[in-house]
Amino acid sequence: MNNRGFFTLFAKEVWRFLKVWVQTILAPVVTVFLYLLVFASVLSDNIEVYKGVGYSEFLIPGLIMMAVLQNAFANSSSSLFQAKQNGSIIFILLSPVSSMEFYLAYVLASIVRGICVGIGVWIVTWIFTILPGYNLMMITGFAILGSGTLGSLGLIASIWADKWDHISAFQNFVILPLSFLSGVFFSIESLPPFWSKVSYFNPFFYLIDGFRFGFLGTSEISPYFSLMIGSIFFLFVSALCIGMLKSGYKLRY
Amino acid sequence: MSPAVNISKINKKYGNLHALRDINFSIEKSSYFGLLGPNGAGKSTLINIMAGLVIPTSGAIEIMGYNVSTMWRKARMSVGIVPQELVYDSFFTVREMLRLQSGYFGYGSENYPWIDQLIESLRLTEKSGENLQRLSGGMKRRVLIAQALVHKPRVIVLDEPTAGVDVELRQVLWDLTRELHGEGHTILLTTHYIEEAEALCQEIAILDKGRLVAMDTTKDLLKRYPYRFFTIKFSEDVSARIEALPESVKKLVVSCKGKQLTLKLHREKDRIGGVLEALISAGTYIVDMQTDEPGLEEVFRALTGEHSDE
Repeated sequence: MNNRGFFTLFAKEVWRFLKVWVQTILAPVVTVFLYLLVFASVLSDNIEVYKGVGYSEFLIPGLIMMAVLQNAFANSSSSLFQAKQNGSIIFILLSPVSSMEFYLAYVLASIVRGICVGIGVWIVTWIFTILPGYNLMMITGFAILGSGTLGSLGLIASIWADKWDHISAFQNFVILPLSFLSGVFFSIESLPPFWSKVSYFNPFFYLIDGFRFGFLGTSEISPYFSLMIGSIFFLFVSALCIGMLKSGYKLRY
Repeated sequence: MSPAVNISKINKKYGNLHALRDINFSIEKSSYFGLLGPNGAGKSTLINIMAGLVIPTSGAIEIMGYNVSTMWRKARMSVGIVPQELVYDSFFTVREMLRLQSGYFGYGSENYPWIDQLIESLRLTEKSGENLQRLSGGMKRRVLIAQALVHKPRVIVLDEPTAGVDVELRQVLWDLTRELHGEGHTILLTTHYIEEAEALCQEIAILDKGRLVAMDTTKDLLKRYPYRFFTIKFSEDVSARIEALPESVKKLVVSCKGKQLTLKLHREKDRIGGVLEALISAGTYIVDMQTDEPGLEEVFRALTGEHSDE
């Protein structure tokens, strides 16, 4: 095991996004703040999603998790794809860093970025309401699981992609719909029966529902079931990603 | 003693294109080895297989005794590759990039003095705090060389290092590679500049259309070309009198510029004395003459049937 090689690659990935923190941390926090300003301010008095839970309280954990997921994806996908496009990926491919070390370094950096953005968003939401932390373990666990999953998906997308269009297609046609149709803005029970059933096949729903449970102590389904589904999905995308890296798919010809 | 690089029955196919066919050769430790060939000959593919960037269809490569597929960590620790393209990571400065590259190979701050030494030898000191994006092409090339050397590899592969660089940098690179060779490193150089290979390399392999067409010491490779050039200077312009020259001389003419005539003589079949006698009998008055031995350029052209890209 090349521990130092792994740690250097991980540190480099974190350092990379911190060098452009306005774009990678501040911008997503501001975006979520604007979402909150529009949705929470307009709808907070009119909707009660769960008994005793106002719309702002319902919305905030979902928005935090959505920001965590989207930024974890953006971190690994943009970094690896940029390195592939400009050729600088060879510096890593020429070094004695294994596929597993490569995978762990990129995914851990995505988790760090996802959590940094999540904390930023959480702080900004204090303007609207201060959420109680019902179960900190669940909050942290789902944040790590979610950002790890999306970090892996970001790697898969960037390995597969041949041009920026492909990354953007993956983001717009896979990540964005799965995020928006995962119960961030509404309870999936409020959807028409067909779409409500379809939502149960969306792994993002379990990640967001479990994360929300960590804040509110209430959720649509058992957080342990969500943890199980989230973990299975994480293991599936990780295995796929490590398999792609090991085979050299679109990286080593 | 195992060679520095052992290439065994390497084949690489891209669909219907057979990029490399049964390539077999070894590079001895501490040698300065040249790999030549026209564009598309397969030089970069072979180097990329050594680097682990390309997976061969069949065959194996060992670097310092380590198989690049099965013992890839040790093989990669043993080789430093300077890529042909000017690639860089635009987020970092020269020093940051070198420290990161050193870290990928498992080195920490104990390697910083070596990084400083590399920065100094490659005359990058003034630019060490600059973002890579802001450097000129020549400076980026120097950084790539430093990156390849950061883990002190025993085998150094330079893929067209002097393509498009100025005279000063070319000299810096030549001096550096000679110094590294002098310290016992094995150098593998691919170049389009034939005279560069002739001046630096002890042994040369020539690839053409994916095949190894020649491999020998530079000295013996030059001997393979059976011709030499004989240039004669006359007292008057002979260009109008070419047709009047004896047939035995006319068939040897390579060029005729005013008073100067160049002939290509076969070492064994064409005698200089015979040529001179024929010219004097034709009524010419010889002022001066010289013979030129063929260069690697001629050998390369004869073996590949192509002109070099120079």
